Amino acid sequence: MSDTPKKPKKNINKAKTKTPMREQPAGERIFNFEEVPLGYNEEEATLEALRCIQCKNKPCIAGCPVGIDIPAFLKLVGEKDYEGALRKIKEKNFLPAICGRVCPQEDQCEMVCTLNKPDKGRDPGGVGRVERFLGDYAMEHDLTITPECAAPTGKKVAIIGSGPAGLTAASDLAQKGHDVTVYEALHKPGGVLFYGIPQFRLPKEILLREVDGLKDMGVKFVMNYPVGKAESLESVRERHDATFIGTGAGLPWFLGIPGENLNGVYSANEFLTRVNLMGGYKFPDGADTPVKNIKRIAVVGAGNTAMDSARTAKRLQPEIVYLVYRRSRLEMPARVEEIHHAEQEGIDFQLLHSPIEIVDNGKGAVGAIRCQEMELGEPDDSGRRRPVPVEGKIKEWAVDTVVLSIGQSPNPLLTADCPDLARDERRGTITINDWMQTSYEDTFAAGDIVTGGATVILAMGQGRKAADAMHRYLTSGDPAAPAGEDSDVCDGLS
Amino acid sequence: MGNKIVTAMELAPKTMLFEVEAEHIARRGKAGQFIILRVNDEGERIPLTIANRDPEKGTITIVAQEVGKTTEVLNAMGPGDEIHDLAGPLGKPTEIPTGKTVVCVGGGIGNAVVWPQVQALKDAGNKVIAILGARTRELLILEDEITEIADQVIVTTDDGSYGRKGMVTHALDELIDGGEKIDEVITIGPVVMMKFVCKTTEPHGIPTQASLNPIMVDGTGMCGACRVTVGGETRFACVEGPEFDGHQTDFDELITRLSYYQPEERASLDNHHRCKLDAAAEALERQD
Ligand SMILES: Cc1cc2nc3c(=O)[nH]c(=O)nc-3n(C[C@H](O)[C@H](O)[C@H](O)COP(=O)(O)OP(=O)(O)OC[C@H]3O[C@@H](n4cnc5c(N)ncnc54)[C@H](O)[C@@H]3O)c2cc1C
Ligand SMILES: Cc1cc2nc3c(=O)[nH]c(=O)nc-3n(C[C@H](O)[C@H](O)[C@H](O)COP(=O)(O)OP(=O)(O)OC[C@H]3O[C@@H](n4cnc5c(N)ncnc54)[C@H](O)[C@@H]3O)c2cc1C
Ligand code: SF4
Ligand code: SF4
Ligand code: FES
Repeated sequence: MSDTPKKPKKNINKAKTKTPMREQPAGERIFNFEEVPLGYNEEEATLEALRCIQCKNKPCIAGCPVGIDIPAFLKLVGEKDYEGALRKIKEKNFLPAICGRVCPQEDQCEMVCTLNKPDKGRDPGGVGRVERFLGDYAMEHDLTITPECAAPTGKKVAIIGSGPAGLTAASDLAQKGHDVTVYEALHKPGGVLFYGIPQFRLPKEILLREVDGLKDMGVKFVMNYPVGKAESLESVRERHDATFIGTGAGLPWFLGIPGENLNGVYSANEFLTRVNLMGGYKFPDGADTPVKNIKRIAVVGAGNTAMDSARTAKRLQPEIVYLVYRRSRLEMPARVEEIHHAEQEGIDFQLLHSPIEIVDNGKGAVGAIRCQEMELGEPDDSGRRRPVPVEGKIKEWAVDTVVLSIGQSPNPLLTADCPDLARDERRGTITINDWMQTSYEDTFAAGDIVTGGATVILAMGQGRKAADAMHRYLTSGDPAAPAGEDSDVCDGLS
Repeated sequence: MGNKIVTAMELAPKTMLFEVEAEHIARRGKAGQFIILRVNDEGERIPLTIANRDPEKGTITIVAQEVGKTTEVLNAMGPGDEIHDLAGPLGKPTEIPTGKTVVCVGGGIGNAVVWPQVQALKDAGNKVIAILGARTRELLILEDEITEIADQVIVTTDDGSYGRKGMVTHALDELIDGGEKIDEVITIGPVVMMKFVCKTTEPHGIPTQASLNPIMVDGTGMCGACRVTVGGETRFACVEGPEFDGHQTDFDELITRLSYYQPEERASLDNHHRCKLDAAAEALERQD
C-alpha cells in the first residue's frame, strides 16, 4: 500500500490556508437559486491537492466514513491525472460531485487531517473541494467511470427508497450483475437530495445525471410507488430474490406547543418540499404549488435542515429571516460552511431562545413567535451543555411564518405494513445485524431508516455495506460468507 | 409514461368522472383510500378519492370538481390523454363493520367518496342508507349508481329543486327521530356540512366518521401539511386518515387551514387563464 515515492517531494503547495473558492457574492445570490460556491478550476484544484503532504499515517482515510484513499486521489490530481483520481474515488464513493458538496468534511476527513491546526492558522487539506472538482470534471468531460457490469446473475433485487442509501446499493448490485428495480414513493428520485437539500447547495441536474447513469447500467426505476401502500412489502419480497430498505427518516417532528397548527407554520420538510421538489419558488409561472408571500419568518433549529430552510426563505425576499435556536453557536449541528453562508446572507441568529408558543394574529394565522430565553447549564448525554430557562425572560418576535426544523424520525409508511419486522420501538428504526440484514432473512436495510437522521455519506457507506452482504446472500445464501475484498467499508457510525 | 384516461364523462357542471389506467391501484385500493396525481411536470400534487375500481381492467375511477388550476386542467382532459403521474392507494381504508345499519351522508363532490363506501358496506352485509345532498338538482352526482347498491337513498337539495328541500342534516334528523336504529354514520362533503352532521349525531351518541380533506403535499406522511386536530392531538390525515372520529375533530381549524392559499391559488388560476388568452391571441396574430 505505502508506495510513497522516496524522491524529494518537490511539488508541494505550502500555503497555510485552503485555495480560495470563488462564490456568488451574498448580495447577489439571495436573489436567485443558483449555486453559491462556484467550484475549483483545474489550476485551483491542482494547487489545493498539492497542499496534501502525503503524511505517513493518513488519518484522513479513517476519517472518511467510506474510507476513500484520499492521499492517493489528491496525488493524482497533483499530477493532473484527473481521470485516474476519479477512478480512485469511485472505488469507494460513486457520487463525488454530491459528497464533495454536502459532506460535513470538518467533522470527517478534514477534521483529522494532519495539516489541520486551527490554532496555528493552518487549514486541513481541502479534500471535499477537490472531490467536488473531480465530480464536476467527470460531468463536464462526460466521463463515465462506472465499472463494467458483471454478467447477469438472473437474481432480482428490489430497492425501496431512492435516497443516497438506495442509489448506492442499486449501483453496487447492478455492477455485480443483478437485476435491480428501485421503488420510490415520490415522483422524483434522490430522497433528501431532491426534496430537502436546495438547488443553491446541490443542483438537481447533478443528481439526475447520476440517476441517468444508473439507468444506463440497467437499473429500473418505478416512481410514485409507496411500498406498504401500492404493494405490501411481503409481496415485493416474493417477487424478488432480495430486498433492500432505504426509506430514510422523513417524519417531521413538531414541538407540541400552542399555536402549532396555525396557518403559516410549516415543518422544514413541507417548506423545502414546496420550494425544491415542487419548484414553488417559480410559482405561479413555472410551477403550480404555492409558497406563501412571506414577510417575516422564524426558522426554529440549527441543523442543516434549518440552515437550508432559512437560506431558502431568504431567497423568497422577505423583510427578515430569524433563526431561533435554544443552544449557542458552538452547539449548532449544521455544516460550518452552511452556518457561515447563512450569516453572510444576513440570517438573523437568535440564539439561546426556545419557542414556547406561536401566537395567533387573530385570523388563525401566525402573528408572532414567543420564546423563553435560555442559558447553558451542565452537559447532557450528548456532551453538549444543556440549555436551561432563564426565569422570567420571555421574548416575542412578530412573524407571519414559522418553519420548524427540530428533527425527524423514520417514516412508518412502510413499517406499518409489516409489524413483525424487528425494529427499535422507541426510535422507529429498523433493527439490523452486522450484515445490515433485518429480521427477514432476504431483506436488508441501510441509511437513515436504521440510524435515524444522519448524513449522506453514512447512508451511502451503509448502502454499500448492505449491497455487499446482499451479493453474498444472493450467491451463497449467507450474508456473512467469507468477505470479499471490498467489504471493509463503513463502520463510522457513532 | 403517464396514466391513460380510458373514459371521461361529465357528471354535472364542472364535475368530471374519469376512468384511468392504474393497474396496481385498481388491484389494491379500498374504499376510503385516495390517490395523488400531477397533471404535468410543473403540476401540483392533488389528492382525489378512488371512487371506483376495476381490478380486471386495471382501471380506477376518479371524480373531480373544478375548483382551481389543477382540477381545471384535469377536467379539460379526455379519453386517450395521459395524466402525468399518479401515486396510490394512499390513506387508510374505511373500517367496514358487518351486520350493522350505517348511514352515509354525502354532500356535493363527497358523493363520489360515498359511492365506494356504500358498495363496501353493502358487500360486508350491512344495511346502508345513503343521504345525498346537493345545492341544486343539476349538481347532484352519482344518484343512480348509489341507488343501485344502497338499501335506501334520500336526496336533499338546498333549493328544493329535487328530492327534499333542505340540508342533509334535516334528513338525518328525521331518520333518527323516525326511530331508525343507526349504528354508525359516515360523512363526506364540505367541511361545514360534516361539522353539522357530527353535531346532529353527537347528542344521540351515534359513532360518526368524517372523511377530512386538508391540503396535502406528498400524501406519504413526510410533510405534515395535512395535519388536523382530533381529540386534542395532531394527526396526519394522509397516513392516519383521511377518516377520523367526527365528534373529536376540530372542524373550525380545518376550515381555517383550507383557506390559507386562497389568494395564491386565485393568482395561479388567473395566471393560467391569462396564459390561455395570450396563447389564443398569439394564434390569432399568427393567422394574419
Ligand atoms: C434539508 C436537509 C439537509 C441536509 N443536509 C445534509 C448535508 O448537507 N450533508 C449531509 O451529509 N447530510 C445532510 N442531510 C442528511 C441526509 O440528507 C440524510 O442523512 C440522507 O439523505 C439519508 O439518506 P437515505 O438514503 O437513508 O434516505 P432519504 O434521503 O431520506 O431517502 C429515502 C427515500 O425513500 C423514499 N421512501 C420512503 N418511504 C418509502 C416507501 N414506503 N416506498 C418507497 N419509497 C419510500 C422517500 O420518498 C425518499 O425518497 C440533510 C437532510 C435534510 C432533511
Ligand atoms: C383525501 C382527499 C380526497 C379528496 N377527494 C376528492 C375527490 O374525489 N374529488 C374532488 O373533486 N376533490 C377531492 N378532494 C379535494 C381536492 O384535492 C382539491 O379540490 C384539489 O386539491 C384542488 O386543486 P386545484 O389545484 O384544482 O385547486 P387549488 O387551486 O389548489 O385550490 C382552489 C381552492 O380549493 C381549495 N382547496 C385546496 N385544496 C383543497 C382540499 N384538499 N379540499 C378542499 N378544498 C381545497 C383551496 O382553498 C382553494 O380555495 C380531496 C381531498 C382530499 C384531501
Ligand atoms: S466522501 Fe466525504 S468524508 Fe469521504 S473524503 Fe469525500 S468529502 Fe471526505
Ligand atoms: S491527513 Fe491530510 S495531509 Fe495527510 S494524507 Fe490526508 S489529506 Fe494529506
Ligand atoms: S400530506 Fe404531507 S404528511 Fe400528509
